Amino acid sequence: MDPIKTLRSRTVVLPVSDVDTDQIIPARFLTTTTRSGLGANLFADWRYGSDGTPKPDFVLNRPEAKGCAILVAGNNFGCGSSREHAPWALTEYGFRAVVSTQIADIFRNNSLKNGLVPVIVDQGTHGWLMEHPGTEVTIDLESTSLKLPTGESVRFPLEPFARFCLMNGVDELGFLLGREKEIGAYEQRQGAGYCV
Amino acid sequence: MASSPQTLFEKVWHRHEVVAETPATPAVLYIDLHLIHEVTSPQAFTVLRERGLKLRRPELTFATMDHSTPTRTEQVFGGAPITIEAAARQVRELEVNCAAFGVELLGLRHARRGIVHIIGPELGLTQPGRTVVCGDSHTSTHGALGALAFGIGTTEVGHVLATQCLLQRKPRTLAINVSGKLAGGVTAKDLILAIIGKIGVAGGTGHVIEYRGETIRSLGLDERMTVCNMSIEAGARAGMIAPDETTYAYLAGRPRAPQGAAWDEALEGWRQLPTDVGARFDREVDIDAASLEPMVTYGTNPGMVIPISGSIPQRPGDAAYAKSLAYMGFEPGRPIAEQPVNVVFVGSCTNGRLSDLRDAASLLRGRKVARGVQMLVVPGSQEVKREAEAEGLHTVFLEAGAEWRESGCSMCLGMNGDLVPKGQYAVSTSNRNFEGRQGVGARTLLASPLTAAASAVRGRLTDPRELM
Ligand code: SF4
Repeated sequence: MDPIKTLRSRTVVLPVSDVDTDQIIPARFLTTTTRSGLGANLFADWRYGSDGTPKPDFVLNRPEAKGCAILVAGNNFGCGSSREHAPWALTEYGFRAVVSTQIADIFRNNSLKNGLVPVIVDQGTHGWLMEHPGTEVTIDLESTSLKLPTGESVRFPLEPFARFCLMNGVDELGFLLGREKEIGAYEQRQGAGYCV
Repeated sequence: MASSPQTLFEKVWHRHEVVAETPATPAVLYIDLHLIHEVTSPQAFTVLRERGLKLRRPELTFATMDHSTPTRTEQVFGGAPITIEAAARQVRELEVNCAAFGVELLGLRHARRGIVHIIGPELGLTQPGRTVVCGDSHTSTHGALGALAFGIGTTEVGHVLATQCLLQRKPRTLAINVSGKLAGGVTAKDLILAIIGKIGVAGGTGHVIEYRGETIRSLGLDERMTVCNMSIEAGARAGMIAPDETTYAYLAGRPRAPQGAAWDEALEGWRQLPTDVGARFDREVDIDAASLEPMVTYGTNPGMVIPISGSIPQRPGDAAYAKSLAYMGFEPGRPIAEQPVNVVFVGSCTNGRLSDLRDAASLLRGRKVARGVQMLVVPGSQEVKREAEAEGLHTVFLEAGAEWRESGCSMCLGMNGDLVPKGQYAVSTSNRNFEGRQGVGARTLLASPLTAAASAVRGRLTDPRELM
């Protein structure tokens, strides 16, 4: 995973609350056995008509959405299933961060493992962002803050280890494999673990 | 000095800490049971191959196929091809991966195959005090036996395959205290829908729920699983219920439960697990079960739920709400009962167990599914199917005009082609009424198996107590 220190981009605003993972990537696309190819089906049922043509009024289909790496969504983003296909679809499409007032636990975990920064902001900041689609913001991981064009800077919570991994491109599996000694010792203490 | 009182969750958590958390690093948490299925595991095995890794504890890993598998008997047993080619490929890939990495697999034709959250408890793999994970958010189901069980993503599936561990921050705790007796016709499904309605779809975010109180104690294991199953629908990754005599009676004699002296030893340990008197939760919520009616959802998330005698709430000026109602084809102020229904689905890891099928059959016996309604009954596992058939429940369903299928997730998420047609209304015993969950444009009303069966008979959303 490439290290991320700052992200600067215009925003796309999706004014829907409780966006669930079935909207982000519908189940019929989960039959894939690889990680790639999901970006084209991101938000498929909102983005395309039944004949497969893009719906012109959906935010991602508007010309100004092109190249935007930051998605601002309504309250409580990412609820529902544990499918990592959701952040895979978002990142392959080109998003690097999602901003909301609340982000569901499993989706947040999955995002962090895929270089998609979950940014949780207060209602006031969120409201401003919702009203200013296309605004250019900066997400700075060093200071864990979101900088608005107004000059205002808002802190957001980010678990310190996840932040460290994002900023240094550290992969958690490598970290866990490095705990071999402790894991072995735990297994010794527990005996054989459970017997199947 | 006696240690301070602990909750059930804290006891299980501390026993599995390989390395405790620090401000800079999460805890390394040991996993006792890892369940995998065909949809969220292939990419994890790819990572193992790329990095030349093996499974640390293949004997603690257990695989089945459920999400994209067919439910038509001829496709499961008769050699007819799986219609969806990509689903067939996922099934084959799981077989190859399990063989290559030494994982026990309950394959498509195995007599004990079923939905992963049904078979874990059913086989006795899920036990009190264990940590259980699976690449599926409804892993919370297993908490009904006093396990700490939660869903993980595919990257984490890879972590557990390779190290048997996960990096985790300790969640907060939420006690949901339920008192009062459920009225006749009101089930565990109605209870959990009411809980989600009360705390909201994000009400449990960051928390592990412990369901407590006399009402919970009086529930059987099937019903407890229904409650814990939908914890994720309130945003909580895990829901737990302290083990008690009901739990031990359920587990005794199950194929993978401890036997003989090992059972006695395990039992001793399990009895230490319930929350100590005086232990503190970060939050507590009280629910009065006695006042509940059958519940039904009317919108596009499980928190949009009302009693079956209720009307669609008014929320003027809320655009997201209006969008949700427009999808459902509902207007505010209208009573929900008597809504015409096209499809009825009884099944899923929420309500696909024997007691659920008994509930549905009790209202269908001697009655017919209304003309024009398609009713699908999909047992949660092959074992549930056999048990139901031994009681003759399948005859009740078939004589009523319902379809009786092989086990799997089926219409809960429609990956295998069991779909609700566009614009149609489905009363479903599953757990998610998201837009398009059961098919593009499908309109889902979540309810109990009793409500589903009553609605199938009338062809309209019906309070089951009218038929009891
Ligand atoms: S039955 Fe539905 S909720 Fe349960 S595991 Fe299958 S798809 Fe997921």
